[in-house]
Amino acid sequence: MSPASKDNRSLIESGLAGKQFCLGLRAGIIQIIRQFFIARGYLEVETPFLIPAPAPEAHIDALPAGLGFLHPSPELCMKRLVCAGYTKIFQICHCFRQAERGARHLPEFTLLEWYQAHQDYLALMDECEELFVFISRELGRGAELIYQGQTIRLQRPWERLTVSAAFAQYTDLDPATALAQDRFDELMVTCIEPRLGQNRPTFLKDYPASLAALARLHQETPGVAERFELYVAGLELANAFSELIDPGEQAQRFKKEQAQRAAQHKTVYPWPRKFIEALADMPPCAGIALGVDRLVMLFADQPQIDAVVAFTPEEL
Amino acid sequence: MYTAGDLRKGIKIQIDNDPYVIIDFQFVKPGKGQALYRCKMRNMISGAILDRTYRSGDTFSPADMQQRKMQFLYNQEKEYHFMDVNNYEQIMLTEEQVGDAKNYLIDNMEAEVLLYNDLAIGLTLPNFVELRIVKAEPWAKGDSVAGDSKPVTLETGYVVRVPPFVEEGTKIQVDTRTGEYVTRVKG
Repeated sequence: MSPASKDNRSLIESGLAGKQFCLGLRAGIIQIIRQFFIARGYLEVETPFLIPAPAPEAHIDALPAGLGFLHPSPELCMKRLVCAGYTKIFQICHCFRQAERGARHLPEFTLLEWYQAHQDYLALMDECEELFVFISRELGRGAELIYQGQTIRLQRPWERLTVSAAFAQYTDLDPATALAQDRFDELMVTCIEPRLGQNRPTFLKDYPASLAALARLHQETPGVAERFELYVAGLELANAFSELIDPGEQAQRFKKEQAQRAAQHKTVYPWPRKFIEALADMPPCAGIALGVDRLVMLFADQPQIDAVVAFTPEEL
Repeated sequence: MYTAGDLRKGIKIQIDNDPYVIIDFQFVKPGKGQALYRCKMRNMISGAILDRTYRSGDTFSPADMQQRKMQFLYNQEKEYHFMDVNNYEQIMLTEEQVGDAKNYLIDNMEAEVLLYNDLAIGLTLPNFVELRIVKAEPWAKGDSVAGDSKPVTLETGYVVRVPPFVEEGTKIQVDTRTGEYVTRVKG
């Protein structure tokens, strides 16, 4: 490249050239994730991006495309594979969600999703710990991670905190009251999330049942579901469930979510009939989705998601 | 009408009958929860700062303001005087209301004055203004101490960094949004 053309390169192109470290790290992390799951006997799968009927969830807006939608997550198709007898599967794929754009959000992003039959969400917590320790070691890093000036110790076990304990510790309300006042998400974002995963990662677990449309109810504690989210240095990285495997119950919950969408004048997606039917053959199972872009942000010590992808939507 | 999705830095909205400008903006969304829009805003009349969190369904009225093209006349102490060239009406802005724009104001310069209920509350300059350098160190060839740029003083008193070859007496273009040198201009 001649010096003259180098001077004339636009800001975006020179920004791209400056992303070499992050994009290299990203490629490395994705390779390490594959090694981890393949060594544990997981099968890597691919499911269609273009689907007719996304899961009816109140606050996840799928992008219409052609006669269907771009998948907001590969969840329904991957669960159908589990129902058909694929007991350990993982997928790394792009997912799409309408109008999600911020320092930690892209409308097109990369998810790592995995399912294991005959396990529950507690087993996935252990597996998350093992995955992070493995990535850190393979990258030649130690047992500590420094993110935005905070030192996070990755040694197991990590903190396990229930949603109701977190509300008691960091807010003046309990989760049920917060939900009734429609302040649950606001308190979560402003008062709770920034304090999670400060010295070691935190599993925030046992969400109110109404906030877990696809999760099994807790085996012991009434009113909550077996769902957790993983936080490191205030950054939300993963969402997991012990999966709900009762087709009748799942259909009822989807109807509630659809009603919420209708009440907010949002698109009500077509009924996911084949998924509901398949659920009759679902073994007990746990599943998790982890944001790969945010995982790279963490290991690259970047506060903005823009830094870890080659192109943001604004740069196209 | 704006919706929450339109909110971003610099947007001016009406809250409880006062105009506010958004000075900081964050999109956040917890796990499977609702999208939230966290805004820090400044009251354009009192200067008070307000933090608010909005949801996707929320709507806003744009702040009800007029803009009038006016000419800068002069400043006296902390008062900046402008005139509407069509009707010769004069208005005054405080140094606070003028803000960073004071770095670029020279006599007879045209600017958009923001009015709220006929009350002048702020100023928008053109994105680029042309100003003359009144003081600059001469550039000695091979002088590497200066590095890639040197500070120069403009006719408004504002100090800006320019490439070392730009000399005293030259007119330059400055970007009023960033406060940075853009290029040399003839004249």
